[in-house]
Amino acid sequence: MLEIRGLAAAINEKPILKGIDLTVPDGEVHAIMGPNGSGKSTLGYVLSGREDYAVTAGSATFNGIDLLDMEPEARAAAGLFLAFQAPIELPGVNNANFLRTALNAIRRSRGESELDAVQFLKLARAEAKRLAMPDDMLKRNVNVGFSGGEKKRNEVLQMALLRPKLAILDETDSGLDIDALKIVADGVNALRGPEFSALVITHHQRLLDHLVPNRVHVLLNGQIVRSGGPELAKELEKRGYGDLIAEAA
Amino acid sequence: MAADTETLDTVQSVTQSGYKWGFETDIEMDIAPKGLNEDIIRLISSRKQEPEWMLAWRLKAFAAWQAMQEPQWARVEHPPIDYQELHYYAAPKKKSDGPKSLDEVDPALLAMYEKLGIPLKERAILAGVDPDSVENRQVAVDAVFDSVSVATTFQETLRKAGVIFCPISEAIREYPDLVQQYLGTVVPVGDNFFAALNSAVFTDGSFVFIPRGVRCPMELSTYFRINTRNTGQFERTLIIAEERSYVSYLEGCTAPQRDENQLHAAVVELVAMDDAQIKYSTVQNWYPGDAEGKGGIYNFVTKRGACRGARSKISWTQVETGSAITWKYPSCVLQGEDSVGEFYSVAVTNSHQQADTGTKMIHVGRGSRSTIVSKGISAGKSNNTYRGLVRMLPGAANARNYTQCDSLLIGDQCGAHTVPYIESRNPTAKVEHEATTSKIAEDQLFYCRQRGLSEEDAVGLIVNGFCKDVLKELPMEFAVEAQKLLAVSLEGSVG
Amino acid sequence: MSTGAAGFLERYDSVLNALPGDSALRAAAADAFRTVGLPGGTRGRPIEAWKYTSLRALAETKFHRDAAPRHEAETILANLPLLDAPRIVFVDGVLRADLSVMLAPSVMPGAGPASTPSSAFSVARFADQADFGTLTWPDREPMVALNTMLAEDGAILHVPAGHDAGIVQLISIATSDADFHPRHTIRLGENARLALVEIAAGQGAYLLNTVAEIHVADGAALTHVRLQNEAAMAFHVSTTYADVQAGGTYDSFTLNIGARLCRTEVHAQLSGAGAAAHLNAAQLLVGSQHGDFTSVVSHTAPNCQSRQTVKNVLAGRSRGVFQGRIEVARGAQKTDGYQMNQALLLSPHAEIDTKPELEIFADDVKCSHGATVGELDADQMFYLRSRGVPEAEARAILVRAFLTEALDAVTDETIRAWLENAVAGWWEKLAA
Repeated sequence: MLEIRGLAAAINEKPILKGIDLTVPDGEVHAIMGPNGSGKSTLGYVLSGREDYAVTAGSATFNGIDLLDMEPEARAAAGLFLAFQAPIELPGVNNANFLRTALNAIRRSRGESELDAVQFLKLARAEAKRLAMPDDMLKRNVNVGFSGGEKKRNEVLQMALLRPKLAILDETDSGLDIDALKIVADGVNALRGPEFSALVITHHQRLLDHLVPNRVHVLLNGQIVRSGGPELAKELEKRGYGDLIAEAA
Repeated sequence: MAADTETLDTVQSVTQSGYKWGFETDIEMDIAPKGLNEDIIRLISSRKQEPEWMLAWRLKAFAAWQAMQEPQWARVEHPPIDYQELHYYAAPKKKSDGPKSLDEVDPALLAMYEKLGIPLKERAILAGVDPDSVENRQVAVDAVFDSVSVATTFQETLRKAGVIFCPISEAIREYPDLVQQYLGTVVPVGDNFFAALNSAVFTDGSFVFIPRGVRCPMELSTYFRINTRNTGQFERTLIIAEERSYVSYLEGCTAPQRDENQLHAAVVELVAMDDAQIKYSTVQNWYPGDAEGKGGIYNFVTKRGACRGARSKISWTQVETGSAITWKYPSCVLQGEDSVGEFYSVAVTNSHQQADTGTKMIHVGRGSRSTIVSKGISAGKSNNTYRGLVRMLPGAANARNYTQCDSLLIGDQCGAHTVPYIESRNPTAKVEHEATTSKIAEDQLFYCRQRGLSEEDAVGLIVNGFCKDVLKELPMEFAVEAQKLLAVSLEGSVG
Repeated sequence: MSTGAAGFLERYDSVLNALPGDSALRAAAADAFRTVGLPGGTRGRPIEAWKYTSLRALAETKFHRDAAPRHEAETILANLPLLDAPRIVFVDGVLRADLSVMLAPSVMPGAGPASTPSSAFSVARFADQADFGTLTWPDREPMVALNTMLAEDGAILHVPAGHDAGIVQLISIATSDADFHPRHTIRLGENARLALVEIAAGQGAYLLNTVAEIHVADGAALTHVRLQNEAAMAFHVSTTYADVQAGGTYDSFTLNIGARLCRTEVHAQLSGAGAAAHLNAAQLLVGSQHGDFTSVVSHTAPNCQSRQTVKNVLAGRSRGVFQGRIEVARGAQKTDGYQMNQALLLSPHAEIDTKPELEIFADDVKCSHGATVGELDADQMFYLRSRGVPEAEARAILVRAFLTEALDAVTDETIRAWLENAVAGWWEKLAA
C-alpha cells in the first residue's frame, strides 16, 4: 500500500524528517508514536502534499505510484486521506456542500457517477448517525464553531464518506472523551479490510486499545528508532520515551 | 452615570495644575533678526562655519519651500503662522568660540539642565529610577538649547567604541563625507512644507553613526529645550546604523510657559543597513498651552526611517503629551528583504490640545513586516487623531502588517478620530487592521474606588493599563518618566 | 460640444429654463460644480473623498445627449433577473410607464393593461412634484452637484404610515451613449415598510449618475438592495442620502459587478434615537474594472446602531476602493458602531485601497472597525485539496464563502436567493 524510502523533509530549510523507511502493507494498521516535535505530523503533511514542506530526499509510493509528485487533490483521488490534528475552519462554506463537492470530485476521478443532493444527503445522514453526530452538523459551516470533539468526528465522517484506501489519522484521539474515542475507533474499524490501511499517529495507548495496530513505530527526531508489535505501545505507555531518547543520544 | 458626572465636576473644579517645566532661563543670547530670507540662511550657515555645499543645499531647500503651501489635510486648526515674525537663530553668547569642556559652559545653563533632571555631568543617570537596578547604565546626552547644542556627554567613551555621537553642526564640519552621503536621502529637501523649512534653516540636532558590527555601549539621548521668545526650533537628527549594528536613542523636550505659540519643525532621518537595528524613543513634552488654549508649541515634525538592508529593523516609540498642536508621523520605508518596522505610540491630549499623529509603513521588500500600536487618549476640549498609511507595493511578496488603534475618551467635549489608509498591490501581502473607541468603563472605575483608590489614581491606573503595550517598549528610564507624565497630563481633566 | 465639466455646464446653460423644480437650487449646484469640476479632471484641486477614484476617463468621454437609442430597452429588460413584484422602469433616465407594471393608473397614464394598482404605496414623477435637495450636499459632492444641475426625471415613491409595500423594483436601463441623471425620492411614513430592489443595467458607453434621497420616519423599515450590473464600457455613479428617524431602520446591500468605473456612495444619518443603519456591500471586479464603495454613517442621536460588512473580490487588473466613515456627533451617546471590510486579491495585478475612518465626539460610545487584505488562506486551500477538491474548484468555493458572509446580511430570503443567482454568472467571467 505505502512504501516510504529514506524520506527527508524540511520546513523553512529546517530539517524535520531525516530519513524515514516505512512499509505499510495492504489491510494493515500501523501506529506512529513519539514525543512532541519528533516529526509525526510532518510525516502526515508530507505524504498528503502540503506545499510549505520541502522533500529533500527519499521517495514515497502509494500502490506503486510516486506520491511526492502529485497535487494534494490527486493524492486524495488516489485514495489517501489525512485526518487533520487541527481541522481547518471554513467560514461561509456549508459542511454538506463541502462534503458533496469533495465526494463528487473523488467519484469523478474514479469514473463513478456524481451523487445528486438527495442521494448525497441520504448517505451523509446515515454516516452521521453511525458516528452519533447530530444532523445539524451537516448544515453548519465547516468546522466553524465546532467543539474539539465535533471537529474530530467531522474528520471521521469525511473519511467514512470518501472511503480512502489509506487513512492517516493525526492525533485524532486527542481531546476526545472515552465515548467519542470509541466512535472514532469504530469508524476506522468499519473500513478495515484487505484494501484499507491506516497510519495512526498518536501519543496514547488508549486509542490503540480500540484500534489494534499490526505494527507500532517510534519516531524520534525525524527517524524511526524502533518498531514492534502492539505490545510496544503498551511498553511505551508504561516507560515513556526516556530510554529511547537516551539510547538515541 | 454618577461616577461620570462626578468626574466632570472634578474636571471643572480642578484648575490646570500647571506645567512643571515652564520656567524661563535668563541667559545672554546671540539672536538673528526676525524674518526668513536668503541672507538669514547665509547667516546661519556662516555662524555654523559650514562648507559651501551645505549652504547650497539649504538654499535649494529654501527655494523649494517658497513654492510650497502649508499642508491642510490634518485635523488641526491654528491661526496663520507668520514665518517672517520668527527668529531663526538664537544661541547662548559664548566666552570664546565655544566651550572646550563642561566647565566652560555657562553655569546658568548647567543649572537649568539640572532643574530639568538632565545630567550633563558624566556621572548621573536620569532621575526617577532605582539606582541599584541600573548601576551600570549610562546615558550619553546631547543637550540642544534653542538653536545650538550646548553639551554632549560621554563622547570619549563612545569614540573608543567607534560610535560618533555629536551635534550635527559639528558632524557637518568633521565628517562631511558621511553627512553628505546620507543627509536628505530619507527625507528629501522638498518632501513637505515643514521638512523643506527645516532643511533651509535647521541650526542643530544630533548626528549618530554606529559602524559595522558595533552595539552602541550606552543609550544615546538628546534633550531639546526652546527658551528664547519668538524663536522657532528646527533641529535635524541623522542616525546611521551600519551592518549588524544596534543603537537605542532617546529624545526628550520641554519649553517655557508662554502666552504666544512657538514653532518647532524638526526632521529626523534614520538609516539601517543589513541586520542593523535602531530603536528611537521620544517623550514629547513641549509646553501644551494653558487651560484656555493660550500659548503652547506648534510641533510639526517629519520623522522617517529607511530600512535599507535585509533584516534591518527600525522601531519608533513615542509618548506625546505636550504641544498645542502635534503633527507627526514617524514612518518606515521597508526596502530590505525581511526588514521590520514598528510604531508604538501613546498620544494624550487635554484642554485645547490638538494631535494629529500616526505613521506610514511603506512595504517595498519581500517578507517585510510592520506592527502599529497606537493608543490615543483625549480629554478636556481636545482633539486626538490617528492617521496612518500602510502600503504594500507589488514587490512586497509575503509582507505583513498588523495595526491596532485604540482611542479612549475622557469627558464629552473632546474628539477621537481614526483615519487609516490601507493600500495593497500584492496578493500575498497580508494586512490586518483593528480600531476601537471607548471610554473608561464605569464599573472599572467603581471597582478601583471601592478598593480605596482615589478617582484620579483609578483613572491613572486604567490609562496606564490602556497604554501598557506601548509603554513596555520604552527604555526603562523613559518608561518611568512617561508614566508620571501621563498622570500629570491628565491632571485637571479627570480630577 | 465640449467633454468633461465644461460640456456638462454648457448643457446646463442651454436647458436650464426647461428644467423642473427649484431653479435657485440648480443654480447653486451649477456654481459648486463649476468651482470643483470632475474629480480627477483638469479643473480644481484634489478632493480627499475622491482620493482613490479619478473621473478623468469620464471627463474625456463624449456623451451624445440626443443620439438615438442604439439598443432595445425591451430586450435588455427581458434579460434581467426580475422579481415577481411591482416595478418602475426608467430607460435612459426617463420613466417608461409602458414597461412598468402594477402601478396605479392615476400616476402611470398609459400603463399597460397588466398593471394592477397597489394601495400600499404611490409613485409620482420627479417633474410633477419637484421636492428635492433637502438631504443632499451639492457643495461637497461634485457628482451630486452635477445631478442637481441636470436632473430631468425620477421617481417619488411614498409608503404611507403603517403600510407594508412589500417588494418594489426600481430599474434603470441605458440604451444609448449618453449621460443620465435620475433623481429619486423615497419616503416611508411612520412604521411603514418597504423592500426596494434597484437594478441598473444597459448597453453602450454611457454615464448613469443617480441621486436618491430617502426619508425613513419613526419606526419605519426600508430594505434597500441594489444590483449594479452595467455595461462593460459604462460609468456608474450613485449617491444615496438616507435620513433615519427614531426607531427606524435603513438596511442596505449593494452588489457591484458591472461597469467600467463605478462609484457607489451612501450617506446614512441616524437622526432619531434608536435608529439603525446597515450598509453592506460586495464588489466583484475583473479585467480593468474600477469599483468604489464609499459610505458615511452619521450618528447624530443617542442609542443608535450601525453595522457594516463590505467585501471586495478583485481579479485581473481591477482596483477596488472602500472608504467608510463612522461619525459620532457630540451628544450621540450610547452609539454602537461596527464596521468590517475585507478584500481578497485574486491576482498579482489587482489593487485594493481602503480607508475606514472613525470620527468621534461623544465619550460613551462603542465604535470599532476592522480591515483585512490578503489572498485566499493557504491552510483552507490545502484542506479542500486534501479532500480531493481540484484547485480551481477549491478557489471558487473559498471565494464564494467569502462572499456568502456579506450576502448573509440580506435577511429577506427571496431577495437573497435572487442575489445569489445574480452572482452566479460572475464566476464564469472569473474563469474566462
